[in-house]
Amino acid sequence: MSVAKPATTDPQIWLNARSRWHRLEICFWLATLLPFLLFPNYLSLASQIAITALFALSLDIILGYGGVVSLGHAAFFGVGAYAAGLYSVHVTGEPLSGLAVGGVLAGVAGYAASFIVSRFRHLTLIMITLGIGLLAHEVANKAHWLTGGSDGLQGVKTLPLFGLFKFDLYGNVAYAYSLGVLFLAFLGVRRIVNSPFGLSLRGIRENLIRMPAVGADSRAHIRTAYTIAATLAGIAGAILAQTTQTVALESISFQRSADVLVMLVLGGAGRLYGGLIGAALFMVARDQFSGIAPQYWYFWIGLLLVTVVMFLPNGILGGLSQLYARWRVK
Amino acid sequence: MSEVALAARGLNKKFGSLVVASDINLVLPEGARYALIGPNGAGKTTLINLLTGMLPPDSGEIVLAEQDITAQAPQERVRRGLARTFQINSLFPGLSALEAVTLVVEERRRLSGRFWQNLASHKESIEEAYDILSRLRLGDSCYQPTRELPYGRQRLLEIALALATRPKVLLLDEPAAGVPQDESGEVFEAVAGLSGDLTLLFIEHDMHVVFRFASHIIVLVGGAIFAEGSPADIAAHPGVREVYLGTRQHG
Amino acid sequence: MLPPIFGVLFDGIAYGMLLFLLSVGLSVTLGLMNFVNLAHCAFAMLGGYVAITLMQDHHWPFLATLPAAFVAAAVVSVVLERTLYRRLYRSSDLDQVLLTIGLAFMSVSVAAYVFGTVQQSVETPAFMRGSFQFLGIGLGKYRLFLVGVALLMTLLLVAGLEYTRFGAMVRAAVDNQRMARGLGIDVDLTFAATFALGCGLAGLGGALAIDIVGLDPNFSFAYLVYVLIIVSVGGLGSIAGSFVAAMLIGVSDIAGKYYFPELGAFLIYLVMVVVLMWKPAGLFGRR
Repeated sequence: MSVAKPATTDPQIWLNARSRWHRLEICFWLATLLPFLLFPNYLSLASQIAITALFALSLDIILGYGGVVSLGHAAFFGVGAYAAGLYSVHVTGEPLSGLAVGGVLAGVAGYAASFIVSRFRHLTLIMITLGIGLLAHEVANKAHWLTGGSDGLQGVKTLPLFGLFKFDLYGNVAYAYSLGVLFLAFLGVRRIVNSPFGLSLRGIRENLIRMPAVGADSRAHIRTAYTIAATLAGIAGAILAQTTQTVALESISFQRSADVLVMLVLGGAGRLYGGLIGAALFMVARDQFSGIAPQYWYFWIGLLLVTVVMFLPNGILGGLSQLYARWRVK
Repeated sequence: MSEVALAARGLNKKFGSLVVASDINLVLPEGARYALIGPNGAGKTTLINLLTGMLPPDSGEIVLAEQDITAQAPQERVRRGLARTFQINSLFPGLSALEAVTLVVEERRRLSGRFWQNLASHKESIEEAYDILSRLRLGDSCYQPTRELPYGRQRLLEIALALATRPKVLLLDEPAAGVPQDESGEVFEAVAGLSGDLTLLFIEHDMHVVFRFASHIIVLVGGAIFAEGSPADIAAHPGVREVYLGTRQHG
Repeated sequence: MLPPIFGVLFDGIAYGMLLFLLSVGLSVTLGLMNFVNLAHCAFAMLGGYVAITLMQDHHWPFLATLPAAFVAAAVVSVVLERTLYRRLYRSSDLDQVLLTIGLAFMSVSVAAYVFGTVQQSVETPAFMRGSFQFLGIGLGKYRLFLVGVALLMTLLLVAGLEYTRFGAMVRAAVDNQRMARGLGIDVDLTFAATFALGCGLAGLGGALAIDIVGLDPNFSFAYLVYVLIIVSVGGLGSIAGSFVAAMLIGVSDIAGKYYFPELGAFLIYLVMVVVLMWKPAGLFGRR
């Protein structure tokens, strides 16, 4: 992906260039504003995409950058959703404080879980993350005095944003809210990825064994990454609860954990935009194919997964970047 | 009167009935250039794994600059100045050499937790990393992903990573292993150019290299120290020849 | 007269035996090649549907469909192993997880398409219906048959591993792959054969499961979680481990549903997380 530069390049300049905003990125973010103009009837779908994109971005931190395969990330999404929902039911429907509550509680849960997760690898890690996700789902399911169980949490009411902007049926405010939070979170994640911490995470992903041999405490790094990822997932869940004014059991299900994993891999993990692109493609496709029964939708997803693993191991963005590199050489 | 940089007392390790380390006693004075030799399977890399904490010993002690480090985790030992290189490159394939060495420098300076700061703003670390790479003649290829570097350069990077931890004691596991003839000269020069303050223990099979660089040789056979002494002593030692010749006969 | 808890225990053990048959293949292949095959239960489902088809469309007797289910699953596994799986032996966990989940998704859709989503059932031979009365407890005849088959399979497996040359090769390869290769053992062939055996057993389990838990396209995922729990709790590559874990999970699940229905599957998941934290390689695992 990078070309050798002559010896006169200043190393700091080179590193700086890697973290500078690319033209395509600006185009991407401008494009996210298009739904307001071109697809006003699809704004609720657009909100869903923004929420899921944030969720996928949060998974990318631990999976794409830290190499932690998690099959239970929806646990934190769900914690954020239920926390924000319950906050709205019992305290106030003010969205920004609800967002903070969702994020903080999910972050605390993530911090606690990180002590377990950081100690393991391979199948044990996969099983523990799966176990955590399934446990969270069971708790939400059985505690229906609190969560509403399989009926979902009722009575979530979201007050106007900043006291001014009502969340109406047209979805303008909802999409602006979701997109705004996504963008801010993205800026944060971008900074993290380009930070010394991000570099260490990549080191962990590239070669876990070498890290202690160079003096790095990998477990501490993974704990931090996992906590940040859980917080962001919780924020995404909170937005879902607030914009749809309900919390369904599905938000904490294995289905959601598996779907976000598929989206991230599809788009390309470890590439910041992979989760965003993957989420957009997945959800638009699912919306278009929503007429087909769910079993058949999963046939195509299954086939796509097999194809991606066999032929496009770095997802769509990886494939595109390889094509681009080959084109440039010509 | 030189201080003892690294010492091991009575190290033992076995896997079931396989003894990989048998009552190893080792004393490395500061600034030493010690070579560790022995036939394949003698336990040389195992000894390095024991010293660095990647493998816990069954019994024995390890002391680094008068501090008992036997129970410490590998990264703790690195912080106290004990570093090692691997016999088979253990690098970060997707990172450029500059990023890899900067990573190590940042870890050493305890700046790796700062997820809110831009890496590019950490001028000192970057310059230090570039400096280390330049001294090993890797300056011009430090922007490529590690996996694209020729094997000899990767071997040098292996050493650069260890040097970036600013070790006081450096354990080199066959530094030139697998490096083609035309590139191995660079590796030896790099090793020769290492500071006199640094204490070195290196595993090596090439006797020319051993006799050229080592001031003291330790011969390991079957997990135990078979002989040790100056290069002249070892060259004249009849048992050592037998151990090597005998092994060669069996293939 | 025995108290009803023994009835629950018997049901739990029978269920555990079934789970063992479903899991043992995955445990051995995971221990052997470290390959995470999340499509394992899809092979079980295949065995089940083969049995159904043979019985409903071709009027085969139930007992004859069992070896057919075994063989069908084994053959399909060989095809998939040669075409897809073997390219990923050195790939990352994530790639293996994704490929096999993808295959499992596809299997669910194909089953739904071909057989519909209806619950399948089998007509077991007359001598297997009903139950024996033993000290006041009803012992289902089919369950007794299931326990018998499972014990027989266990015996064959253990004897095969200990006393045959093939078994010795498998044990060597599980213990130390590099050394086994160095000794001239064809590890690839050993793995392919073991994989076929493991999937065959899963297929057999799938056919046997129909009368106990039913069969529908969701089988691939519904039991995958249990199988994964058993394999990770029992320890990779350990038949004894799978056996013990399967018994543990089988009895806990049945007893849990009987005595603490409000807890649901909570107990099982909690047991798994706790055991893995205590012994990350599983109860009988190495590493």
